[in-house]
Amino acid sequence: MYKYDGYDKQIVQERTKQFRGQTDRYFDGTLAADEFLPLRLQNGLYVQRLAPMFRVAIPYGMLSALQLRKLAELSREYDKGYVHLTTRQNVQFNWPDLRDVPDMLEELNSVEMHSIQTSGNCIRNTTTDQFAGVATNELMDPRPYCEIIRQWSTLHPEFAFLPRKFKISVNACPDTDRTASLVNDIALELVKNEKDEIGFRVLVGGGLGRTPIIASEIRSFLPEKHLLSYLDSILRVYNMHGRRDNKFKARIKILVKALTPAKFAELVEAEWLNNKDKASTLTQAEVSRVKGFFTEPAYAQLENEPSAYTEKKAEHKGFANWINRNVNEHKKPGYAIVTLTLKKTGVPTGDISDKQLNIVADMADKYSFGEVRITHDHNIVLADVQKDQLFELWNEAKTLGFATPNLGMLTDMICCPGGDYCGLANAKSIPVAEALQIKFDDLDFIYDLGELDLNISGCMNACGHHHIGNIGILGVDKRGAEFYQVSLGGSSGRDASIGKILGPSFARAEMPDVIEKIINVYLENRTNEELFIDTFRRIGMAPFKERVYAKAN
Amino acid sequence: MPKLINKSEIIENTWQTLDKDFSGKLPDGSILVPLNYLLENPLILDSNPNIGIWLDSDQNSEALEPYLNKLSLIAINFPKFVDGRGYSYARILRDRLDYQGELRAIGDILHDQLFYLKRCGFDSFAVREDKNIEVALQGLEDFSDSYQIATDQPEPLFRRR
Repeated sequence: MYKYDGYDKQIVQERTKQFRGQTDRYFDGTLAADEFLPLRLQNGLYVQRLAPMFRVAIPYGMLSALQLRKLAELSREYDKGYVHLTTRQNVQFNWPDLRDVPDMLEELNSVEMHSIQTSGNCIRNTTTDQFAGVATNELMDPRPYCEIIRQWSTLHPEFAFLPRKFKISVNACPDTDRTASLVNDIALELVKNEKDEIGFRVLVGGGLGRTPIIASEIRSFLPEKHLLSYLDSILRVYNMHGRRDNKFKARIKILVKALTPAKFAELVEAEWLNNKDKASTLTQAEVSRVKGFFTEPAYAQLENEPSAYTEKKAEHKGFANWINRNVNEHKKPGYAIVTLTLKKTGVPTGDISDKQLNIVADMADKYSFGEVRITHDHNIVLADVQKDQLFELWNEAKTLGFATPNLGMLTDMICCPGGDYCGLANAKSIPVAEALQIKFDDLDFIYDLGELDLNISGCMNACGHHHIGNIGILGVDKRGAEFYQVSLGGSSGRDASIGKILGPSFARAEMPDVIEKIINVYLENRTNEELFIDTFRRIGMAPFKERVYAKAN
Repeated sequence: MPKLINKSEIIENTWQTLDKDFSGKLPDGSILVPLNYLLENPLILDSNPNIGIWLDSDQNSEALEPYLNKLSLIAINFPKFVDGRGYSYARILRDRLDYQGELRAIGDILHDQLFYLKRCGFDSFAVREDKNIEVALQGLEDFSDSYQIATDQPEPLFRRR
């Protein structure tokens, strides 16, 4: 993973010093609250319903064991002993004291972490595939490009005060998308052209929130070396032309839609003519330098299916289930990718305690070269585990509650913190997730359902990605009471789509039965190989609607 | 007398800014004239050396291209400091149109924007009058280096590290 040099260290330390000064001026009254607000947001600090919320960057989801232990220590010292993993592969503290944040930042800097641009109307953390570098089907490792983008976007002087937040994602798998990249402001897809040269397919204007839109292609091939000048050009067009009169219409997706993607592309190309082939052009030396941080670890030469592993799988149904669901193919023989699921019933989705963080750090050291990755659906990946160690790892993960074999299934939900914590929420989301986990606790039933994304957001800001869940649940306010609107048919993959609303919303207590009815319609209609999304796309909304809203006799 | 930061010096601000919809005869003294007035009265730059032109945040600096050889002061207004359009207008003036004269940030100009403004080519800063300009001045030096190119640094860090 990337290691800071003197320049990187100096920049994050100077940002911490700057933020300490801003905090001091806020407390001595020379910086007004409304002047401090955008500055603290640009450093990941919200003031929430109950306390400040402090979001720390995990660039493209990569964390070392050392960093995990530092997060554990900080959560104990400055918070209530747990943190929350976010849908942007970041991590949040929910209860720090504003006055302590500069000290927390110094601690974070000491392990090469920061909170720069984790919030605010600026360029946010670039996300990518949690299986980057180890997936069997990727074109190449996307992380060096994410790091190059991280550096370019960090404290970019021209784009610190954009109309609205700005999110970039990089995908390198031709046939899958684990990053929900098509709902980012810019989705970059690593591709090769007919001459076998590396470049990017560029899509813009995806997003969730009040106006969910799937990103549109504006360039089918951008040569690798022009990455930064092209990004500069997109951002400049957006900075100058994006709406600033209404924050709900300020994202780039609204501009792209208003202009049409073709016209937007024209403006970008015209701007780019002025910016390309200048000093921002990436050098091979720089690409090689950054790639040098993402080389393969010291893999052992192993047989792909060691007998110790195959025997255990035959002996233990639970182990075999877990392998089937939570363990993925690795590009190296004898290795596997393990996803630890943070979806234990009764624990808010994505929350992890200081003790668990330390144990995960130990597991990373023991099984996976001391590194983990955070996923956008609140799980943790150990990317390089030897298959002959999986059984031992499984036993450890089980005692932590991290081995519920439900990855990608109904109960592996994305769920925002909701009205329990968030000042924006219309409704609570955690209790809905918990009620569904209780209702659907039969694993055999869940397996029989197959892959099914269920996503829950407590308001239309859509932090829980409800638009792109196969089943989406949105908390709404109905005359002061909390209600839930259901949408069906969303998808976050290569064939990303926005879900359609089923109909009038429901009270919280009705939700488990509503979801059960929806699932029953699927079970009755599916063909042998169909996943929920396939059946929905074939039979449409009507049968689901009829069942859910049928009058009781 | 209000003050402004010129390069890194604090000096008196003797400039009077005329309203965006100003019309009629120009007053005496050093004046910042709105873009619209210039577009309607393009000859003013020939007769009066004490004129600068100011742009509002919805006015792209490309509009000044025909006048640049006669201009020694351009000001860009930030009606709210969170309105970041002026940063792009400044870079277009400096990097594309090769404007060499003074470029001043006016309006809601605060301590914590100065470093970014400087990077985008501003070299004078009319800090909001209710703020302590001596303290704000320190904001110009918040960072000693940067990753990306901008007007103040034509080479990205990756070509220098």
